[in-house]
Amino acid sequence: MSSSTIVSLPDQSTARIPKVNFITKENGLLSWLLTGDHKRIAMLYLASITFFFAIGGALAGLIRLELLTPQSDLMATDTYNKVFTMHGVVMIFLFLVPSVPATLGNFLIPLMIGAKDLALPKINLLSWYLYVAGGILVLYTMAAGGVDTGWTFTTPLSTHYLNTNVLSTGIAIFIAGFSSIFTGLNFIVTIHKMRAPGMTWFRLPLFVWSHYAASILMVLGTPVLAIALVLVILERTMGIGVFDAAKGGDPILFQHLFWFYSHPAVYIMILPGMGVISEVISTFSRKRVFGYTAVAFSSVAIAVFGFFVWEHHMFIMGVSSYSTLVFSLLTMLVAVPSAIKIFNWSFTLYKGSITFETPMLYAFGFMGLFTIGGLTGVFLGTTGTDIHLTETYFIVAHFHFVMVGGMLMAFLSGIHFWWPKMTGRMYPEKISQLAALITFIGFNFTFFPQFILGTLGMPRRYAAYPAEFQVLNVFSTAGATILGVGYLLPILYLTWSLRYGEIAGSNPWQATGLEWQIQSPPLTENFPEIPIVDHDAYDYDWLERKHEREREVTSV
Amino acid sequence: MDHISQVLWQFLEKWLTNFSLYPPEASKIAPQMDALYFFMVLVSLIGLTIVILLVTGFSILYSKKRHPVAVQIEGSTLLEATWTIIPLGLFLIMFVWGALIYFRVYTPPANAMNIYVVGKQWMWKAEHPGGQHEINALHVPTGRPIQLTLISQDVFHSFSIPAFRVKREAIPGRYTSVWFEATKTGTYHLFCTQYCGTNHSAMIGDIVVQTPDEYKKWLQGSTSGMSLAQNGERLFASLSCSACHNGRADARGPALAGVYGSKLTLTNGQSVSVDEAYLREAILNPSEHVTQGYSPIMPTYQGQISEDGVISLVEYIKNLNSNDRVEQTLTTTTLLPESEGKAAAVGTSTGQTSTKQGMVKQ
Repeated sequence: MSSSTIVSLPDQSTARIPKVNFITKENGLLSWLLTGDHKRIAMLYLASITFFFAIGGALAGLIRLELLTPQSDLMATDTYNKVFTMHGVVMIFLFLVPSVPATLGNFLIPLMIGAKDLALPKINLLSWYLYVAGGILVLYTMAAGGVDTGWTFTTPLSTHYLNTNVLSTGIAIFIAGFSSIFTGLNFIVTIHKMRAPGMTWFRLPLFVWSHYAASILMVLGTPVLAIALVLVILERTMGIGVFDAAKGGDPILFQHLFWFYSHPAVYIMILPGMGVISEVISTFSRKRVFGYTAVAFSSVAIAVFGFFVWEHHMFIMGVSSYSTLVFSLLTMLVAVPSAIKIFNWSFTLYKGSITFETPMLYAFGFMGLFTIGGLTGVFLGTTGTDIHLTETYFIVAHFHFVMVGGMLMAFLSGIHFWWPKMTGRMYPEKISQLAALITFIGFNFTFFPQFILGTLGMPRRYAAYPAEFQVLNVFSTAGATILGVGYLLPILYLTWSLRYGEIAGSNPWQATGLEWQIQSPPLTENFPEIPIVDHDAYDYDWLERKHEREREVTSV
Repeated sequence: MDHISQVLWQFLEKWLTNFSLYPPEASKIAPQMDALYFFMVLVSLIGLTIVILLVTGFSILYSKKRHPVAVQIEGSTLLEATWTIIPLGLFLIMFVWGALIYFRVYTPPANAMNIYVVGKQWMWKAEHPGGQHEINALHVPTGRPIQLTLISQDVFHSFSIPAFRVKREAIPGRYTSVWFEATKTGTYHLFCTQYCGTNHSAMIGDIVVQTPDEYKKWLQGSTSGMSLAQNGERLFASLSCSACHNGRADARGPALAGVYGSKLTLTNGQSVSVDEAYLREAILNPSEHVTQGYSPIMPTYQGQISEDGVISLVEYIKNLNSNDRVEQTLTTTTLLPESEGKAAAVGTSTGQTSTKQGMVKQ
């Protein structure tokens, strides 16, 4: 019997969502707001990051609309500056950084390692409240007139030359940063201390490895961002002069501090996404991930090298030419682990038995777009070409290929993959496949022209631009419209599926992870009894044997 | 919407007729940088093609229909080594090639003609050695290395000329430099590429590349009557620099003739080579740059001279080859009427563009 799908759902006429699960356990708003359950907190995160994603997306729409014509005619330049600043702030600090770790990571890490919860459930809830506090402050900032520093807060522009809400934005990101630190801390402790018996480090799913690497970055990097922001705030309010050349300070120091966090931050954003891709590719090709240890250690390598490349954001800023050699070289080194991952995922398909459900389509999208995003990063890490390409649309395109083409694709892949586990229900497959396709096409239409724009020299953050760049900008805006549809669809059909979707059963994809061996949605305590792990991750033979045993039991 | 579609049509036509993937190559470094760029594009395309072939090929060959049972494979050390070493090797080639270009762009040759560029919200002011000023424009001749010495009077700006493939950040409180040699006459874009506030996207201008003859004509036509060094000389007198830096044996300040390009030892034992950046620092922050054998008596000029003024002073000191000029200044000061001396101090020389370029910025 061969078919083009692996989906195996229970008989819909008799199947029921299990009466007792983490959603039905308790009712009422307070039971959610005061919960310590990692799965409920993940759902809270999911709702809140979707909200901020919608805001960030709307702002992106405004940017593309303004850039439809060369003149700055839709809004005043100051408004445009605020719009792209808020787009960056919302998308990076309130969507990308928490996206996969705080939702999927939060939900799945205890399930994957066979634990009843994260090590510090109350800290986990605190993380979400800090995130919400940061989010509310950002909303306040927008209501109070916005901020126009750019998401990079470059001094002395942010400290001495702007009269917008720099303080509230700085405080918002400072607070949201602690949410990220606590999440990272929680993951590290949990992965070290709460693995089920038999779950050795090299039996961990790669999703857990990549979250572990990202957690290290969160815990070590985010405090530096906090320091940089505090210094900006002090400089603005008290004029302490650290970044003020006239007082003997150094304005470039801010950028060193900022990028010391913000470069690792892109790995905080992408590593968890890479974890999702490993799980999805393995499941839908029915094969263990090719070169498990290479993929696991490449995550760690990215985390380690990621800390020593920050100056590649500053090659043209009058830093010592010899230091650029070191940072450019290290940038080349950090590119290698990403290449290793891409090839290992490709070879996971080799001699597999591949099916093409929605999560897999998004994962394929990720691989293509991330490859482009990663390779164009090398253009910027190379000192010579960086001179021409930096601060142009090339860098905008590169960043969006990695973050939207890479991370957002991975997030959507993961959401579609684990949605049945989280909610107990399936979404309509055909529409979701269509949405994946629309997203892929819309994305390329939006961001590929920007590589050409950047090579031609169009600077980023321009409200108005020379007329010769218009056609490519029109393509980009048209693409953004398609992309918008691609993002709207999942929000609609996933919401619909909450009530009307087919019952998923515990393991619709026939996946091997521990999370798939329990009911969907899981019990509050996850496992009625802590499992004993006696097999590697992605052991499909083990799954076969388990199914056989279950059949024997039922036939007896 | 109607005018949008009309405009669109026009531009689509224009774009299709002169579609380009990269800007004109109008400097000596541009073809070199493009060679590396296209090498990288080629490597990327090959890499991307390999990934696409692997993914689609395996997807077709090993789809569940064709290949119902997967064969479990651990991995392969040989393959891991292959896709570690080959990309690493390629990246290292790019690294070395890129670094060679980078050092070329940011190491001006000794014979380069120096033009100062001051960035401020939201304009570029270029100052030619002959005293010609221009706003949001820069005239340069072909066939001659031009060094730009950049500084910002307020926030970070970035001076970008895509057609030359050069770009350099203009930083508050510090000189940076970049050089190029234009090869093709024409008018090219000048952009500020570092976000600098409200009118960032209006901080643009024209780079006008002319033949040496045309350039000479332009210089003559735009002269302000006084070169940067001459302007500096007036400032040197009116700020009373010459009272101490007079080159006499008993002078309270070190002699400045020939100081540019030399090596100095400071009171803290540090050895420095005197370039534009050092001179600027020594004027604005004298207490930290006291030459050995002198006492720290020079007052700071921070906030008292505009960046334009500092540039003039630096140019003046650079061009001092003997102390005769200083002597001369000394005598002129005494002859100079009070009011004129003040005018020079404010830096509002005769230049056509000098509409109060405020020395009292900040």
